[in-house]
Amino acid sequence: MAPFVVYDIISENTNLLMAFFIGIGFGFILEQAGFSSSRKLAGVFYGYDAVVLKVFFTAAIVGMLGLLFFSLFGWVDMSVIYVNETYLYSAIVGGVIMGAGFIMGGYCPGTSFCAATIGKIDAIVFIGGMFLGVFIFGEGYPLWKNLYMAEFMGFPKISEFFGINEGIFVLLVIVAAVLMFWGAEWAEKKFPREEY
Amino acid sequence: MNPYLAGVLLGLVVLSANLISGRGLGASGAVKSAIVATVDVVAPAHTESSEYYEMALGTHGNPLNNWLVYQVLGVLVGAFLSGVLARRLKWKVEHSPKITSKTRLMFALAGGVLFGFGSQLGRGCTSGAALSGMAVFSLGGFITMAAIFGTAFALAYFFRKLWI
Repeated sequence: MAPFVVYDIISENTNLLMAFFIGIGFGFILEQAGFSSSRKLAGVFYGYDAVVLKVFFTAAIVGMLGLLFFSLFGWVDMSVIYVNETYLYSAIVGGVIMGAGFIMGGYCPGTSFCAATIGKIDAIVFIGGMFLGVFIFGEGYPLWKNLYMAEFMGFPKISEFFGINEGIFVLLVIVAAVLMFWGAEWAEKKFPREEY
Repeated sequence: MNPYLAGVLLGLVVLSANLISGRGLGASGAVKSAIVATVDVVAPAHTESSEYYEMALGTHGNPLNNWLVYQVLGVLVGAFLSGVLARRLKWKVEHSPKITSKTRLMFALAGGVLFGFGSQLGRGCTSGAALSGMAVFSLGGFITMAAIFGTAFALAYFFRKLWI
């Protein structure tokens, strides 16, 4: 029964080793997809390259469907899978700040690590900024503690929140994704794209 | 690589992380671990008196002996291997021909600061909160994803010279 580490199929130390291998897969795929280029990443916001949208939503759907099927087969104990907590205000404000950072910096944390390893100097500077940003958050914590802790909603699933079945919810996400993919393919043809 | 194929493979990596370790992927969490560990070595009295650092140290033990830190080390190795195979290793500042490298680097720094700060406030970045959160149907994951992409979209016009 999965997750393996919870059911003692692998030890804590093996779990850390697996983290390393999972990371290799993560980094390899991001780089192969072209996520080590900031102009390619930013392209989704101008329509000239929508690779971010395609990879991101395909991955989210595969992850959701995978977990859904595995739990239906009884192969995974969903009750011990970590579901991210929801603090409503900090999720929104944090996301808005990250969105601004994305369009200004051209990377997100994971993609900046990938780009730095292949020699992108802008990514190395971005990573330096990220360390600074985390440090500022830590040092000034009392200033934003109230916002950080406000509106704690527990660990809700979005399907429960809207009162619909998980399967139906994934279906809706798939329909939305297909429409977005169609729009993305159209935009890539309409807006000129250069090699970078 | 075809982006849809890359998406399927990335989804399988997210799935594996959940099946093996009962959790999703991440990136910004490792930066937090590194900062907390550094501050703790440089100024241990300071971390003890700070609620935030105390909280981070309390949950992780040795902040560097942590799942996400090993996972990010793997990301560095995996991305480097891919770069070698694709012959993409090259020192470069990537930017639109309309701006200088200096401008690009200034905005990269500012963007990094914002992303670092926002990832702490939002309890995770595009990988940990948005992608992995969505895979486990987390409401917060969907909200953060919408806020990140929505804001970047809304601001795209003002920063267009950086990219096109």
